[in-house]
Amino acid sequence: MNTTNPSGAVPMPTIPFTHGIDLSALARDGEQRSLATEEICLQVQGLNLYYGDKRALNAIEMQIPRRRVTAFIGPSGCGKSTLLRCFNRMNDLIDGCRVEGGILLDGVDIHGKDVDVPALRQRVGMVFQKPNPFPKSIFENVAYGLRLRGVTDRRELAERVEAALQASALWGEVKDRLEESAFGLSGGQQQRLVIARAIAIEPEVILLDEPASALDPISTLKIEELIYELKAQYTILIVTHNMQQAARVSDYTAFMYLGDLIEHGDTDTIFTKPTKKQTEDYITGRYG
Amino acid sequence: MSTLPVKRTAHWVGSGAPWIWLNAGAIALCMIMVVGLLALIAVRGLAHFWPADVLELSYQDGDQTVRIIGELRSAEQVPAQRLVEAGVTGLPIGQEEFERLLLRVGNRDSYGADFRNVLRPFILAESAPDELVAIERREWGNQYGYLRAVKQQGTVVAEGAAVWSEFQARLLRANALHADIARIQKDEIGRVNHRIERLRLNGRKLELDGALDAMAKLELAEERALAEAEFATLRTQLTQLSTEVGRDSYVLEIQDGQMLEKPMAQVIGAIRPNQLSVPSKLAVYFSNLWGFLSDDPREANTEGGILPAIFGTVMMVMIMSILVTPFGVIAAVYLREYAKQNLLTRSIRIAVNNLAGVPSIVFGVFGLGFFVYILGSGIDDMFFPEALPAPTFGTPGLIWASLTLALLTLPVVIVATEEGLSRIPRSVREGSYALGATQAETLWRIVLPMASPAMMTGLILAVARAAGEVAPLMLVGVVKLAPTLPLDMNAPYLHLERKFMHLGFHIYDVGFQSPNVEAARPLVYATAAVLVLVIVILNLAAVRIRNQLREKYKALE
Repeated sequence: MNTTNPSGAVPMPTIPFTHGIDLSALARDGEQRSLATEEICLQVQGLNLYYGDKRALNAIEMQIPRRRVTAFIGPSGCGKSTLLRCFNRMNDLIDGCRVEGGILLDGVDIHGKDVDVPALRQRVGMVFQKPNPFPKSIFENVAYGLRLRGVTDRRELAERVEAALQASALWGEVKDRLEESAFGLSGGQQQRLVIARAIAIEPEVILLDEPASALDPISTLKIEELIYELKAQYTILIVTHNMQQAARVSDYTAFMYLGDLIEHGDTDTIFTKPTKKQTEDYITGRYG
Repeated sequence: MSTLPVKRTAHWVGSGAPWIWLNAGAIALCMIMVVGLLALIAVRGLAHFWPADVLELSYQDGDQTVRIIGELRSAEQVPAQRLVEAGVTGLPIGQEEFERLLLRVGNRDSYGADFRNVLRPFILAESAPDELVAIERREWGNQYGYLRAVKQQGTVVAEGAAVWSEFQARLLRANALHADIARIQKDEIGRVNHRIERLRLNGRKLELDGALDAMAKLELAEERALAEAEFATLRTQLTQLSTEVGRDSYVLEIQDGQMLEKPMAQVIGAIRPNQLSVPSKLAVYFSNLWGFLSDDPREANTEGGILPAIFGTVMMVMIMSILVTPFGVIAAVYLREYAKQNLLTRSIRIAVNNLAGVPSIVFGVFGLGFFVYILGSGIDDMFFPEALPAPTFGTPGLIWASLTLALLTLPVVIVATEEGLSRIPRSVREGSYALGATQAETLWRIVLPMASPAMMTGLILAVARAAGEVAPLMLVGVVKLAPTLPLDMNAPYLHLERKFMHLGFHIYDVGFQSPNVEAARPLVYATAAVLVLVIVILNLAAVRIRNQLREKYKALE
């Protein structure tokens, strides 16, 4: 089922246009996943989000399975980043942003009155589009979250920093220069450092907001391999514009359009047999 | 055959080259003005310390011939017309201009004036004999003349050729004794006086508290007796030293032939400038320069050094920096990080910016009215009632001058810090929040360190402005002559309530309030050069710190 489409050609109705994705590679273990059989980590219930008077998310309902990679795709401005930032309440930092409805993390509403937001963010880590290391040493970058949690013992810090750097496949490259500034690292290394920083505090969920969009292909590949490794331990949510990336790394894919969640399901199904017309149009490149 | 287009004038104008020339010209003009200013100050100020030749002139003064001995300070051309109008007669005919020399003849105790103008046409003979001596004294300015004898208790011990070496040997002894006297007077008697004053204040305090019983009285009296005994010992020592230092004297023949006998104790130093080689002159030059930087002023600030003024300036700027930085930074952090950005914050920002435009003398008036009279008097009433009616803090002093200047430079620090805070990338802050940091933690661990170079920029601007400010200081603490430095060996070591000297005010005082204009003029330039140098050094230090911080916290661009 290898299909390559010269640009501008009208795709055949039965064989979807797939941005050059090798769909046979998507067949993981030959099994079809189903949300019904997964353990649910995050549950979104009727989520509306407003920027001032403008409604940016419309009554989102979805379930995010634990220890799986869920990708969010959709055209620019469709609200996927906004939705992602709801999961650790980063939208609180934006003036005039208002949320209705709820998100349950292990059954508890994260917008509840008595929720400790910093503690929530320690459980739901986030990595941004552009690498944003702090102006500190490599070691101190990774230790930052640990220090915030009150870890002061030097040995414990060293061990956990090493573990995080190992887990983000950066240890071998930086183990001899831990005291050097993080700005000396390449973009891809910085992004893995930021991931190490996020996993050092052992969150349950990791939100990745277009983590590879500013990186070169080799760095992107490394990040993708890393995501594959990390999903054994963490629930991962990734926003991406890169359809191949979504297809390669994710177990589930959610397609969003103009603030609506159009379709959410097994990645293979979404890419090969989407049920909604809009999803098919987007994947086949008719808009987006 | 193809030809290249010919360059035309219109082409040149259109090319933008004139615009570049205009800009470069403006920069060149600025540089010339700055360099010219610094060069003028430096040359005029630094030349003062060079040991000039001492001339002996045979001079036609009216209808008699006189001998003039003096150090050549400057020479200028004066139009004949002006001299005639000034009533000078007997000038040679046919010359447009005449040279006029300014000689420092010294011996102010004999002649009243330090300087004398002589006209070249009336100089009959000019020489610079090696034996001429220039003597710098503690009072009455310099002396010039021939050293004729050195005496010990009125008896001549050296004359003729041996006089110079004998004079120098005895001068060393006199100066060593004088150093002892100065130490006892300034340090030890100062310390004892301080102790006696403290005892008096303690007694007064106990009396005010109603706790002055017989016991306490007895204790105080005992301590007082001890201090007074020490004082008496010091006095005896002082008398003894004074007699010893008064042992020697010297006889100097001055220009009109008078033989003056003066005590050796008056002399600071003496040279025979006409005899000095260039390296020795250089040595004298640097010793003069060092004396200027490290001595106390003498003779109504027209002689001696400016150490107290340098010290006062640096001290005041430092205390101001310590006061203004936390205030400015805290205010900026609130305005930028915590306050809602609305009409109120906008108007506060406008008010802060306008504060920077208020004339500095207004701040001086405010400092006097609020800090000195209200705050200072309040502090006196509360903490120093024993000293009243003599004010402790309720009078102009170092702390009030520093506070006033801190207020004056506050806007600069606030604006610079705000700018720095606003330049910190949102992504870095979000990175911190995403790791579970609270706003305060993000502020302390990420934002403030990253904004620290901007704070230093604010401080640099503040220091530059504060160090050069004079007008408000005249109201809140600067004096012409401060008897003591604000920092000494008496507890509590740093005396923030004391008045102090300042280079800027010193320039004004020496230049415009001085009785000896000719002597003061080079000091104005020299003091100005030192003031510029002090500001440059303070600024360079701050710039260095800022660059280090920048290197450390440079954000992702």
